[in-house]
Amino acid sequence: MKKEIYSREHRAYLKKLKLKRALVILVRWFILLAALAVWEILALFKVIDPFITSSPSRVVKTIVSLYREKTLFYNIGVTLAETFTGFAAAVIIGYAVAVALWMSETARAVLEPYIVVLNSLPKIALGPLIIIWIGTGYTAIVFMTVIVSVILCIMNMLAGFMSVDETKLTLMKAMGAGKLTTLTKLVVPASLPAFMNTLKVAVGLSWIGSVMGEYISSKAGLGNLISYGGQVMRLDLVMASTAILCVLAAAMYLIVALIERITVKQY
Amino acid sequence: MLEFNNVSYSYHTRSGETAAVCGLSFKVERGQFVSVIGPSGCGKSTILSLAAGLISPSSGSIKRKSDMGYMLQKDALFEWRTVEQNLFLPLEIKGKNTPEMRKRAVALAQKYGLGDFLKKSPSQLSGGMRQRAALIRTLAAEPEMLLLDEPFSALDYQTRLEVCDDVQAIIKSEKKTALLVTHDISEAIALSDKVTVLSSRPAHVLAEHDIDFASTPKERRNDPRFAGTFEVLRKELGI
Repeated sequence: MKKEIYSREHRAYLKKLKLKRALVILVRWFILLAALAVWEILALFKVIDPFITSSPSRVVKTIVSLYREKTLFYNIGVTLAETFTGFAAAVIIGYAVAVALWMSETARAVLEPYIVVLNSLPKIALGPLIIIWIGTGYTAIVFMTVIVSVILCIMNMLAGFMSVDETKLTLMKAMGAGKLTTLTKLVVPASLPAFMNTLKVAVGLSWIGSVMGEYISSKAGLGNLISYGGQVMRLDLVMASTAILCVLAAAMYLIVALIERITVKQY
Repeated sequence: MLEFNNVSYSYHTRSGETAAVCGLSFKVERGQFVSVIGPSGCGKSTILSLAAGLISPSSGSIKRKSDMGYMLQKDALFEWRTVEQNLFLPLEIKGKNTPEMRKRAVALAQKYGLGDFLKKSPSQLSGGMRQRAALIRTLAAEPEMLLLDEPFSALDYQTRLEVCDDVQAIIKSEKKTALLVTHDISEAIALSDKVTVLSSRPAHVLAEHDIDFASTPKERRNDPRFAGTFEVLRKELGI
């Protein structure tokens, strides 16, 4: 790397930028730690009832005891597997359907009202049907995850495909490219930012789908722990599972964001 | 090379029918640089779409070569490809993606000052350089004829003059036939062997002028006959 020599003014400017960034990070952490501290202190002095609200130390204790009972990673693993399978299936199916819709204007016109209605339908309403049709357990939960996120994947990708620059489409046509060539050479690469955006949306929805699926019927998983903890009034378990969900969902989102940063550099 | 015989074309929309071109006849000979000028909205782009075979005439006939290169107002370079990969795009699509063809495209780029930019992203190029890359891309598949749809209108004035001169020089030295549509009278005079003046919509030919004084666009602009030709064309366009 070449070492640049900056003017005094520019160095001051850079320093100011750095300070500002550091301040933002500092305040972020401060808010989190302060909230946890207030929560803990209020619970400690019984201002709030830790049986109802739990407390950070009790959450940590619960996680440690789950670990000792060897159920912590099992439950995390179950939910992760459901979420990831559902997420991958929804993205793949959504992409394929969007491609088919892009290919045929008639199909778009015909199917549009169905997509709109399916998108606004609260998917949890399908819960009983899923149990009856598919049964309970892993497959049913994955299915739930897919139907929660697939419609948005379709809509997002189709919007990405349709917004490809008109001039570029004309250029492809003038060069004699057919529909399939236009798809592979132009539409797919041009819609990469939309694809990354779809991944981000799908990550969030997949977590909703898998936890919702576990609420409806499950034998294990973080959603199962939350639902069980709620039924037997073990709020420590509910809080602990929620905290783990927070961390996992954030981690998955960050991974997608990182992939985005690497792949869409040149757009 | 290209011949329009009494060509008409209408657009159909729900609210009605618009005649864009009506009884249009003109000819472009091999090696000629022909410009078509006309008032804005007169259906100039329709003529290029017809020439490129993107649309078929409602009536009349068009004799055309199948092998045409189309250069648009916007460069339409693909941001996710390097400049070099952009040049190879028509080769890939037309099934001409052989090492020799690629080598020729690269040689063309080097000859016309894009050599240092081949591995760069289009976003690192200036507007003029981008349009030049678009021309090399059009030439890469070695089309027999070029169709130019106001390819300079998106550039600022200074770049425009520069790129306009370059493009003319490149097209002449590669001995290509070209059809340019533009609304810019001086551009048409500076570049062409023949200028065809169109009426307002529905477009048909009002007049044709052979331009034979001076040879480069720069010399033409400085030639005393330039102003006279400009006046004639301006009157014919009714501005």
